[in-house]
Amino acid sequence: MTGIVTRDEPPVLEFEGATLGYGTRTLWSQLDLTVRRGEFLAVLGANGSGKTSLLRTVLGLQPLTAGSLFVGGRPVHRGDPAIGYIPQQRRFDPLTPLRARDLVRQGLDGHRWGCARPGRVDWGRIVGALDDVDAGHLADVPVGLLSGGEQQRARVAQALVAHRDLLLCDEPLLSLDLAGQATVTERIDRARREHGTAVVFVTHEINPVLDHVDRVLYLAGGRFRIGAVDEVLDSAILSDLYGAPVEVLRVRDRILVVGAPEHAHHTHDDEVHP
Amino acid sequence: MSLLTAAADPGIWHRIFDFSDYGSLLRLVHNSLIAGAVLGIVGGLISSFVMMRDLPFAVHGISELSFAGAAAALLVGVNVVVGSIVGSLIAAVVIGALGVRARDRNSSIGVLMPFGLGLGVLFLSLYEGRSANKFGLLVGQIVAVDAPHLAWLLGTCAVVAAGLAIIWRPLSFASTDPEAAAAAGVPVRALSAVFMVLLGLTVAMSVQIVGALLVLSIICTPAAAAMRVTASPRIVPALSMVFGLVAMLGGILLAVGGTVPISPYVTTISFAIYVACRLLGRRRALAR
Repeated sequence: MTGIVTRDEPPVLEFEGATLGYGTRTLWSQLDLTVRRGEFLAVLGANGSGKTSLLRTVLGLQPLTAGSLFVGGRPVHRGDPAIGYIPQQRRFDPLTPLRARDLVRQGLDGHRWGCARPGRVDWGRIVGALDDVDAGHLADVPVGLLSGGEQQRARVAQALVAHRDLLLCDEPLLSLDLAGQATVTERIDRARREHGTAVVFVTHEINPVLDHVDRVLYLAGGRFRIGAVDEVLDSAILSDLYGAPVEVLRVRDRILVVGAPEHAHHTHDDEVHP
Repeated sequence: MSLLTAAADPGIWHRIFDFSDYGSLLRLVHNSLIAGAVLGIVGGLISSFVMMRDLPFAVHGISELSFAGAAAALLVGVNVVVGSIVGSLIAAVVIGALGVRARDRNSSIGVLMPFGLGLGVLFLSLYEGRSANKFGLLVGQIVAVDAPHLAWLLGTCAVVAAGLAIIWRPLSFASTDPEAAAAAGVPVRALSAVFMVLLGLTVAMSVQIVGALLVLSIICTPAAAAMRVTASPRIVPALSMVFGLVAMLGGILLAVGGTVPISPYVTTISFAIYVACRLLGRRRALAR
């Protein structure tokens, strides 16, 4: 379960005394967190607790209010090719002029200037990335005609078509059926086994990834808790975080959190996207 | 009844289609043919991004301000192309700056558009020159392209084509999936501003030929048609350019003989292509 750890290389991701807030409201503060090569970190918490914003800071799209943030030992910056990103599910317009293969290709060269010369595109690798999420047969289908789950699998292929040191996932299992969830989690786990890709996985449902998770970061009410699954998903700990009685139950090999407020306590309603 | 008699009257058809002395007329519109061809191609090219970014309404808004700029230039006696470009760019920059989200954008366009049109009407009413000039800015003209005018048009179209070629890949990424593009380091906002300027230039050129009211027929319809029959990111702009070219050249060649303005020909061809593509595209959607 633990990733490949090499002592002398810098951590893939490192927050030091990091604080993020908008105006007078603080999402989380004094966050110290180190994610190493091959590690799988699940980020849980109520709506509005700053999970998506946390990913945005790592992408360099949202500056920290205080503290520092390093990716691969260097200060965070936008467009780091070492980072792959699976954004929150959003349907493509039905007439989007892209096929599944073109969507995946954007993960290789979509950010480069100019136009690609026709002979220079590595289609073998692109279709291979689709095969890895059982979507090879969809390569030539327009993305607008794919189902939500198929679009999501194509997005996973886009994020992993280039080798990444760090993969950020924002609710990647949301529109997938059970088979699709298994395919995607298996693919993500393979990236970390084969390439040592570290994974930061934002989710409100830990059970589908329970077998892969090394540590959990739980955000609630402007505070947080980091640790192994059993250390964090605990009735006393979560009750303390939420300031309200929360019960954590183990039913067979599933974890059920009962009584956690849908919205974070001391913060306002929705996830903030500036 | 009166419509029927009008249609039966050979004089009406003669005004719409008249191919006597066609050869000598063609020599007169030589410049217009070149201008139309280039504009059809560049309009077709940029219209695939207009569709991806959901900007048809913005195109209409920009063209009204471009019209106001051209009318102002006509009134004070300076270069009409320059006036048209200035109006266009002001509109493009304002629309780009005011609305990042489609909803904000549409309301700011809805506010700008009648204002632009009103200004244009004011300037034209004050203008005391040839009335054909006035009407041409709204519904298009083909005889008006002289050599310096053509040079302006070709130069501007070259700038637009080169600009699009440079920003092609990141602009496509930002237009289809802005979140993933931003995460990959694509400067989404800056690209949007650059694109609005290129769009403003193209609209200003189109106003010169097809007129402010009908610009959408070459900066929206061609790609809208192409996107009905294919989702290939290479074939959509290629087809769109062909459609733009066919509509413009076909429109000019048909308009040469008649005495009505060029725009009904261009818009009709453009629309016919769209209808044909929609019918073809129905099969494609069902196949999946």
